[in-house]
Amino acid sequence: MLRLGFILLATGLAGCLAGCQPDADVLQPETVPGALLPTNFPAPVYTLETNPPTQEAFELGRTLFYDPRLSRDNQVSCGSCHQQYAAFAHADHRVSHGVDGLLGTRNAPALQNLRWKKTFFWDGGPQNLEMLPLAPITNPVEMDETLENVLRKLNADPKYQERFAKVYGQSPINSQQFLRALAQFLASLTSANSRYDHYARQEAGGQLNETELRGRTLVAQKCAACHATDLFSDESFRNNGLNKSFAADSGRAHITSLPADQGRFKVPSLRNVMLTAPYMHDGRFQTLAQVLDHYDKGVVDSPTLDPLLRQTNGRLGIALSAQEKSDLLAFLATLTDEQFTKDKRLAERQP
Amino acid sequence: MLFSKLPAFWIALAISAITFTGCDKDDSSPTTTTGTLDVEMENMVGTSPLALNTGNYTTEAGDHFTVTTFNYYISNIKLTKADGSAFVQPESYYLVKESDAASHHFTIPDVPVGDYTGITFTIGVDSLHNVFGAQTGALDPSNNMFWSWNTGYIFLKMEGTSPESPSKALVFHVGGFMKPYNAIRTVSPSFNGKTVMVRTDHSPEIHFHADVLKLFTGMRFADTGSTSHSAGANAVRVANNYSAGMFTVDHIHAN
Repeated sequence: MLRLGFILLATGLAGCLAGCQPDADVLQPETVPGALLPTNFPAPVYTLETNPPTQEAFELGRTLFYDPRLSRDNQVSCGSCHQQYAAFAHADHRVSHGVDGLLGTRNAPALQNLRWKKTFFWDGGPQNLEMLPLAPITNPVEMDETLENVLRKLNADPKYQERFAKVYGQSPINSQQFLRALAQFLASLTSANSRYDHYARQEAGGQLNETELRGRTLVAQKCAACHATDLFSDESFRNNGLNKSFAADSGRAHITSLPADQGRFKVPSLRNVMLTAPYMHDGRFQTLAQVLDHYDKGVVDSPTLDPLLRQTNGRLGIALSAQEKSDLLAFLATLTDEQFTKDKRLAERQP
Repeated sequence: MLFSKLPAFWIALAISAITFTGCDKDDSSPTTTTGTLDVEMENMVGTSPLALNTGNYTTEAGDHFTVTTFNYYISNIKLTKADGSAFVQPESYYLVKESDAASHHFTIPDVPVGDYTGITFTIGVDSLHNVFGAQTGALDPSNNMFWSWNTGYIFLKMEGTSPESPSKALVFHVGGFMKPYNAIRTVSPSFNGKTVMVRTDHSPEIHFHADVLKLFTGMRFADTGSTSHSAGANAVRVANNYSAGMFTVDHIHAN
């Protein structure tokens, strides 16, 4: 074990000496982000053993994430629509923006704690973290590129050739190497250091005031059936009463072809929710106050409306007083994780 | 021939692990003698060999069509003997593409010698390998047989044209592994009483016919929903069609 550690360290050191990493913001080799699993989280789906984090593979994934050559016009990177300061969501954009200024149909979700997700996207189409990037890369209104072309571009770059060979020991760069390297970065995006997390783990700096604690109790009572566990999502698909019908976007039904899934979308996490406006799959709400108002009195009935939003007295939604809304907002603010949104190791390298 | 394989890195790692720890090799256990079995997939339209782009064909229902693309997966091959015992080929994933002549032939290695009386295989890819993550060889997503927006392989892809189709295009992308629209089908084409004799000194060949017409049983191209772009009822209908006799053993070479 010691010897293995030494070899990894030596390899990392050799990499630095070889000068392929000109930037000074690379931290110690042992600190690959996301390599430690938070104790207040459930067991991950994409386990550490699936694609064991290493410094070089992580850095390769990081470079790929911010490389616009993954798009057809060499202008749009993953990082273009997934900005670190917005928990890797797209701040102030209702729907995704792709090549040639084209608009997508859905709000770019926050990329955080992906290691714990069984399915991805608002409709749960991709079921493996390694296959997730294929959709934005090939989508005509996002990056509009082919996997073959991406591999051609990467193989034409001697720096990539060298770095991939160092990690995978064979050339040319193939789709498996590319997807697994990118997955190293995606899997590293762990947000688990909000003030709430410190509170949950009874760590220093984990104090919540009375308003925040009232908000936490309200979340447990009125929200946790969907926004479950410390990941704040049960990963289910639900119709939360946005529309009467879902002709523009059938949600989960797009994947399953089942009428019962019409209008059902993935329950998003509440983590970093203060940073990820606008809200809902189509980005229709600009503020969290609007979101709470929706649940209080804006829920629209339809055949697949989630039963939890149908009260026994026939009223729809979740009744929330003004006081409760302000308590909830206070608690939601404790879920902001600045260690995550300001971690230099996750940022684009500055040339 | 495209075949699935473990990444060379892991194989190398496994080999070095074996090399370093392999001092206690046990020579006393009997080694099974093995041979190989060749498979040829000949794509047909009825009784004629399929010709991409140039061939003009007619379905049983009378619709006219041409074929521009015809690809499918054959996987999880199992060979059975008369006594019911079987050889299951590990990691057997083959992508047959009409446009790639080399993919029409493949060789199954390490088959224990014996007389085989039957074969079973999956048309498509098993559910486990649909969700496996990034794979290589036949299962490499750059073969364009993987849906990017929805995890899962396209088990069979037929594209072409037809004057009877409302859009003039034919698109049959068949896949899906989740209930109730699971399109994974396993078939056991008959050897018609023949036996495949695998020996160390000769390699027999099973020559299959795959008849494109069988995709369209009970179907009119003018019908809404005759095309299939995703997992769902349309894909299942085509899968039911192609599992009902599209693959037949035309002949067996003893070689």
